[in-house]
This record gives sequence, C-alpha cells and structure tokens, in this order.
Amino acid sequence: MTDFVDMSGRARAADLHTSNDAHERLKVRYRREASFKYLGMSAVLLAVFFLVLLLWTVVSSGYLAFTYNYVSLPVTLSQADIDPEKTGDAAVIGNANFDAVVRDSMSAVFPFIEGRQDRRTLIGLLTSDAGIQLRAAVLENPSLIGKTVNIPVQLDDVADLYFKDQITKRETLPTTGLLTPSATSGTITLSSSEADFIRVRNVIRDNIAEQAEVMNLRIAGKRRSQARMEGDIASMEAQVAGAAEPERSAIQLRLDTARSALQGVLAEIETMGQKVAGIENRVENPGVNEPVTSEVPSFLVKLNGGVVKITSVTPTGVVGEALVPLASATPVPAGQWQLDILEKPEANRKLSDREIVWLDELGSKDIVETRFNSVFFTTGASREAEQAGILGAVMGSFFTMLVTLLLSFPIGVAAAIYLEEFAPKNRITQIIEVNINNLAAVPSIVFGLLGLAMFLNIFGLPRSAPLVGGMVLALMTLPTIIIAGRAALRSVPPSIREAALGVGASKLQAVLHHVLPLAMPGILTGTIIGMAQALGETAPLLMIGMVAFIVDVPGGPLDPSTVLPVQIFMWADFPEQAFQQKTSAAILVLLAFLIAMNAIAVVLRKQFERRW
Amino acid sequence: MSFFAHLAGALLVSPLFWLIVAFIVSYYIGKARALRVVNGNSRDLHSLPGFHGSYLGLWTALPGILVLTVFTIAFPQLLNSALAREFADTFSLLPELQQQAFLRDANAIASGGISSSSDEVRLAAGAYAASFRATANWVLAGGLLLLAGAGFAYAYNQISAAKRTRHVVERVSMGALIAASAVAILTTVGIVFSLVFESYLFFQKVPIFDFLFGLHWSPQSAYEPAGASAAELAEAASRNSEVFGAIPLLAGTFLITLIAISVAAPIGLLSAVYLSDYASQRVRALAKPVLEILAGIPTVVYGFFAALTVAPYIRDTFDWLSIFTESWFGFVIPASSESALAAGVVMGIMIIPFISSLSDDVINAVPQSLRDGSAGLGATKSETILKVVLPAALPGIVSALILAISRAVGETMIVVMAAGLAANLTFNPLDAVTTVTVQIVTLLVGDQEFDSAKTLAAFALGLLLFCVTLALNVFALRVVQKYREQYD
Repeated sequence: MTDFVDMSGRARAADLHTSNDAHERLKVRYRREASFKYLGMSAVLLAVFFLVLLLWTVVSSGYLAFTYNYVSLPVTLSQADIDPEKTGDAAVIGNANFDAVVRDSMSAVFPFIEGRQDRRTLIGLLTSDAGIQLRAAVLENPSLIGKTVNIPVQLDDVADLYFKDQITKRETLPTTGLLTPSATSGTITLSSSEADFIRVRNVIRDNIAEQAEVMNLRIAGKRRSQARMEGDIASMEAQVAGAAEPERSAIQLRLDTARSALQGVLAEIETMGQKVAGIENRVENPGVNEPVTSEVPSFLVKLNGGVVKITSVTPTGVVGEALVPLASATPVPAGQWQLDILEKPEANRKLSDREIVWLDELGSKDIVETRFNSVFFTTGASREAEQAGILGAVMGSFFTMLVTLLLSFPIGVAAAIYLEEFAPKNRITQIIEVNINNLAAVPSIVFGLLGLAMFLNIFGLPRSAPLVGGMVLALMTLPTIIIAGRAALRSVPPSIREAALGVGASKLQAVLHHVLPLAMPGILTGTIIGMAQALGETAPLLMIGMVAFIVDVPGGPLDPSTVLPVQIFMWADFPEQAFQQKTSAAILVLLAFLIAMNAIAVVLRKQFERRW
Repeated sequence: MSFFAHLAGALLVSPLFWLIVAFIVSYYIGKARALRVVNGNSRDLHSLPGFHGSYLGLWTALPGILVLTVFTIAFPQLLNSALAREFADTFSLLPELQQQAFLRDANAIASGGISSSSDEVRLAAGAYAASFRATANWVLAGGLLLLAGAGFAYAYNQISAAKRTRHVVERVSMGALIAASAVAILTTVGIVFSLVFESYLFFQKVPIFDFLFGLHWSPQSAYEPAGASAAELAEAASRNSEVFGAIPLLAGTFLITLIAISVAAPIGLLSAVYLSDYASQRVRALAKPVLEILAGIPTVVYGFFAALTVAPYIRDTFDWLSIFTESWFGFVIPASSESALAAGVVMGIMIIPFISSLSDDVINAVPQSLRDGSAGLGATKSETILKVVLPAALPGIVSALILAISRAVGETMIVVMAAGLAANLTFNPLDAVTTVTVQIVTLLVGDQEFDSAKTLAAFALGLLLFCVTLALNVFALRVVQKYREQYD
C-alpha cells in the first residue's frame, strides 16, 4: 500500500478527514449545499410569484368588467311625448325625443334637484346613450307607450365604478350623541350631545399635518440645492472676473441661467414655506370653525331621510350642506343617524360628493341592479367606456385566424411531407432546413414589415384587413407547423411505409394514405400551438394597419378590423379606469381562448399519441 | 343571416371558387369516363379511376388558377400604367408623391371608397378605372372559361385504359409539395428583398454612416422637400443626416436587454438547475407547466403589466424615496414613468421560461456518469453542479443566453407599451429610453406617405434588427457546434 502523498511529498496527516478543521470545512460545504438548494428553490418560487402577480393583476381588475350596474328607471312613456298621432309608425316613434323622457324620469326620481347645472350633473350619472337605449326598448315593444314602466338603463362608467366600490374607501364612524339639525335644507348646523365630531376635526388635523410634514421635507431639500447653487454662482462670479473675453461671455451666460434658476428655487421655497406656515398655524391653533376642504376626506351625515355634507367643524358641532333634504328637523338619537367618511379627498376623484350622495339615493331606492355585462360581448369599439365591447376584435381575430389556418396548415403539412419524406439530402434541402430554423427566430415585427412592403405596397391589398393579417401570421406560423409536422412524420415507423410499398402503393400513396393519417395528431398539436401563438401576436399587425379605431363589427376577411391583442393594446392607452378594467377583461378573454386551444392540444397529444 | 349572404355573394363572383367547382365537377366526369372507357372493368385501367378524375380536373382548373394568380399580381400595375397614360396631361405634371395619391384616389373612387379629394379629373379617372376593371374582369372571365374548356376537351379525349394518369397527377402533386417547401425560402427572400430595397432608398436620403453612428434621433424633425429642386434636396440631405442617428436607439435596446437578461439569466438558470437536479417528481410536474404558462402569455399582456403595474410602482417607489434622499442628502432620484427598468424587468420575466427550458435541455443532456463520478469523489450536489455539470453544459447555456438576448432585442410590445419614445442617450435605468422596435412601430403606425424618409427609416431599422438577431442566432448555433462535447 502506498501512503497518500501530496504535492510537496509530505505524508498527509492521518486526521485529514477527522480533525476539527475538517469538521469545520465539512460544515461550510454543507451550508453551501443548503444555500445553493434554497437559491434554486427561490428562483422557481420567484418565477411562480411573477406568474401569480401577473394573473392577479389582470383578474383583480378584469372581473369587474364582466358585470355592469343598471338603473331600472321608472319611465313614463306618455303617448303625447312619443307618438302624439297614435300612428304606431316606427319612424315617428324613432324620432321622438327620448333624451327628454330620460331627463324627466330622472328628475321624477330626484324631485329636490333644481337648477340646470345640477340636473345636467344628474343626467351625467347615466350613460350618454340612455335615450338611444330607451328608444330601442320602445321600438322593440311599442305597446309600452302610454304606460309607466321600469326600463333598465346603463349607468355612466364612473357611476358604475362607484357601485363596484372602486371610487373611494368608505367607513362609518361610531356616534353616541343625540343629533339636532337646525333646518331641513340648505345650510344646516348639526349639533351633537356628545363629542361625536371631534373625530372629524382629528382626521382633518392629522391629514393636513401629514401634508405639512411632506412639504417640510421638500423644503429642506430645496434649501440644500439652494446652498449648492449659491456656491456654484459664487465660483462662477470669481471666474467671470478673471476670464478673458470669449470664455467670459460664455460663463456669464451660464451664470445668468444659474441665477434665474436660483430665483425659481427661492420662489418655490417661499410659497411652500407660506403654505406650511399656514397649515402649521391651523394645526397648532385650531380655529373656531375648521373648514373641510376638497383636499381632505369628505364627511357625510345621514339623518331623517336626508344627507348632509360637512363643510366646517365648529366647537359645538358641524355646519353642512343638505345634499338630500331632511324629512324633518326633529333631533335624532344615537343609532338612528350615521356619520360616514369618504377617505379619498373629493379633489382626487372623478365623482363629487354630490354625485355620490345621489347614487346612494338611487341605491337606497332598490332600482340599481348588477347584471352580466352583455354589452361588452356584443358591441365593437367605442370611445364611451360603457359601450365599448370586444365583439369587433373577436370577429377580426376569428377571420384572421381562419386565413392563417387555411394558408399555413396545407402549406406547412405539404412542406413537412416533402422535406421529411421525399427531399433528396442535398445542399438545397439543407439550405431550406437552416432557413426554416432561422425564420422561426426572426422577430415578429420583421414579418410585419414584410407584410407592409409586399402585401400592401406591391400587391396593393387593403390595409387593416384580416386577409393580410392572416397572410402575415401564416408566414410566421409556418416554421412552427413545419417543424412539428416533420417531428410527427419522423415518429411514424418505417415499417408502415414499407408495408404500403410492399402491397403496391406508390411512394406518394404510401405517405398520403398511411403515414400522414398516423402523424396527423402530432401535426394538429403543432398547428394548434402555432395558432395559439398567432392569436396572441400583436406587433406585425400594427404594421399593416390593424390598429385603427373601427366601430363596426367586421363581416368578412376584407373588412377593416382589429384583433383582440391589438384591442388590448389600444385600450391600455386609454386613461379611464373603466377602460383599464375592460383591458383586463379582454386579456382574460384572450387567455381563455389560449388556454382552451392549449388544452385541446394537450388532449390530442394524450389521446392519440402512440408509442411504436 | 347577413353574414352568409355576404359570404355567398363574395363566392359567386370569385373566379377561384368557380375554378374549384370546375375541378370537382370534372373530377367526377373524368372518373366516370375512365370507367366507361373500360366498360366498368377498372382492372383494365393503368391508373385508378380517381387518378383519371384528378387528371381531368387538373387540366381543367390548373391553367386557370395559374393565369388568375398572374392576373391578380399584375393587374394593379396594369391599371396604374393605363391610368397614367390616359390622364398623362394631369399626371405628368404632378410630383411623384402626388402621382401615387392620384392613383390611390382613382382606385378608391372606382371601388366606391373614400378619396382625399374629388375634383373633376379624379372623378373621370375613377370612372375610367372602374370601366377598365370591368372590361378586364370580362376578359379574364372569358379567358378562364376558354382555358378551362380547352383543357377539359384535351384531357377528356386523352383518357384511355393505357393512359398513365397516375404519373401525371403524382408529378403535379410533387410539384405542389416542392412549391410549399419553397414558400419558406420565398419568405426569407421577401424579407431580405423588401428590407434591403427600402433601406437602399433610405440610404440615398441619409448616408449609411450617419445612420449607424449618429448620436441624435428625432425623426419628427425630418425634412421633406416639397419640390425636387437641387437646393431643396441638398437641404433635405443635410438636415436629415442629423436626425436619423441610430445610436440612441441601439443604446436603449442594449440597456433594456441588459436589464432583462440580468433578471432572467439567474432566475432561469437556477430554476433549471433546481428542477433538473433537486426537485422531486411532484414539484417538477407542478413547476414546469407554470413556466410553460409564462411562455404562452401573449407579449401584449406583459406590456399591459409593465405599463400599468410595474412602471407606476417603480416611479412611486422612487418618488417616495426621493422625499427622504432630498431632505437628507440634497438630491432626488427622478424616475420616469416610462423607465427602462420597468420594461426591462418585465421583459426579463417573459424570457425566464425561454432560458430555463433551453438550459434544462442542455443540463439534462450532461450524462449521469459525470454526476456519479463527481459524487463518488465525495463532492456535494452543489459542487457537482457548479464544477462538473455547468462547465460541461456551458456551450449550451451560452447559446441559450444568446438566443434569449436575440429574443429580447426583437421583442416589441412590452417596450412599445412600457418604454418611452424619448431617444435619450443614457445608461440610467430610471430614465426613459427608446428602442429599435419602438421606433419602427412609431414610424409606421398612422398614415404617412410611403416614400418619406420617416417610413423608409423604419425599414432601415428593421434591416438592422434583422441583421442583429440573425447574427446572434448564427453565433449561438456556432457556439454549440464548436464547443459541444460529445459524450456518447
């Protein structure tokens, strides 16, 4: 036996693996092992987390768009307003002023709202299409004329969001006192027997104190930049004094710019300082009457069937404006009145306190109902969030996919058959093969450029048409289908071909009658996966003009249209919150299609996959 | 259903539809004829009756289809040159751009579409185009009918017991198969041709050197000469050579790709290692589909996620941090709401599955004997992976990373939605940058004259993109071919 000998020739210590050092080393190595394992695990978890986050983002806002809130508006369809001559003629009925009917019906629900401005705001809570929707309902059923019926009318998109709790967080504060209102309408003073309104004061104080704090931090920063700028200016002034002419005027120019910038900073500090001083003064010496402005949360008091919005807090109670008049001015014991806080300041939301109170009124009358948002699935694009739907885009996608399938499937299968079964192994087929692999890696936008230059400009095909989109996507999908098709053909054992040839089939007959049917499940799987990719593709379609705003639902592959992913792209740009939810909902629809296609591919593979 | 009426109407006037009908009808006639020739005794035929049917059908329909294809491609040019000849007085006076507009208008008026203006000459041209089209359609219909009749008559008489129709039909089928394979080649040729041609036109307006190495990109200030006088052209050349510098775009693309890869490479690689060497069967069965789902999500969804979730989050975070840094250190960290960071991180998430599945393949391809050998020497699993498996799989991993870079460079929707349009030459990931693909989309979406320097610039950028991704792909292939170890 030879002893273990290290490089220097010395015999190794016998306790190389048993010494304390060795144990330490081993511990370190095991620790590294464990941390490496956890690193790998956290990488997988991170990937899963990203997927969950992505899906959660989409689902959490998208599910809201699948329902919509309607008002069952009690509408009086008087014969005199709609069809005074009792003609029953659709043209006459269609020409009636249904907007006025809707307006009157809304006013009947809110008899206390007066004044043009307020009424216009009230009507704005309904979709701008309310008149048209009413007309459609009447034309469909002319026997409604002369009756008072409840007709469901869509709310405006912002009002709809309010009922979905998307506008502001709302809380009811506990109250204990007996509340005495001073009047039933107009400006009302409310006084409570307990200190119920102290909280209002506290909330406002905390809120503005926080604003002041943030502003103080900003001012401190500005002061630092002021100091830096002053230093810069001083050094520049020194330079100007010493410099010769050409440099001198250049520095002078920079100096002037710096000075005016400094002036700007000083002015900002000044205004912010004044604001902070004002706020701090308010916080430290709370006035007798603390106003509730639109920059702080809003407070609503409900009592005696009316709603009062608090406009200022006084030592003994609050002063407010009755947005819904009270039934009486009798004092109300605790438990029968309610103090609500709307946490988002009025200035930061799309819906004023007034509109929120009116919507609450609608809600309390039990005429607001949440329905499945069928409009979303049955209309084309629209600038109005409540009327925009995905049907146009879905039909566009359908026609595009149809063209893609009709082109890429036969061509792809034919090419796969030729390359796998018949092509001689020579340079040309090798080039084709390399070429197909390269095509699969070409960025999709380049296919769009090809479509623009070739199909639109040279062949003169129409812009925005699913036909052209389908052609471009077919070229893109072709490599996927060819590669999958060849793999499927390759997996059919040679014995099948040989048996067919043996009974006298020609080579083409052997392939078409025997090999191809056996390879078909594999080819179809590849085709479906390729189509799923094409369905989600956006960039090449932007190049050929499928990004236009098209209201009509396309009726064929030559009509201008857009596709689902492009619709998502366009809606994502719209600032309205309702459109953001529609975008998410459209994404969910797209993902549903993709999941369905992939599920079919998986089933096909499981069902028909054969091991030879 | 109006849709089916629409469809039926379209089919009834489509020559292709009638040719297909002619094929089907003559297939059955040919089949019957073949059987009649041998008195129903199909064994006497050289080819099966079906081949005779297809033979007759091909002779009837195929020449027509070829003629129709040529006609469809050539007709617009034919019509335009006829229009140019007929209205030469007006036409020859117009500058080139307006000549095209004139032809477009005439075509639009002829087909009842919307034209940019409708003066008398244009209306006349529209009427002329309409009548030209009608005449051409009648001529086409007559010609197709004649061709089909002649082909049918010839082939009908050819059918006999000894006629080897199977050979003819199979040769035509083989031709179709070869033609289908050629589509792939034609696509590449088409891409290269259209990109190179339009880029060539662009490089006549802007020197290629200024394009590739210019530091300033602002196509909106490009100058389009109204006329074609020498002074104006010189003015355009000198101004345009300064606004089409691609370096800021390349820098932006590089920055976003860098961020994407630094997110995706560690996560993708580590999860591939974990899934192949550590995870239990159950975990693998669960985690792999998750990665596949990430790969199957359309890029526009990632773009939405980047623009509406990640970008505002990043901006708000840095705005919030800025309040403190400003008060403590006197500086702010300004984050754009279209920061390169947001686009890059989301793009990284998108290519995680790409890297993990490719490296999973190469890690699995490392033979088990290497792992066993390493374990036999007393190495821990992580030592085996880091010192044996990964070095052995390195060429494959490098090629996977290069392919991922190529994919990130060509990715469009995420950057269009989340990165900005401002061509800043910066390496600050919190700034807005723009990329090659964003600019291609911006230049081509919306209505522009096709021959303007702006649209042509998009094709030059497309050529650049095509070359870069092609080079990366070829490079990745080379790396694998050159450094791959053959273990079996």
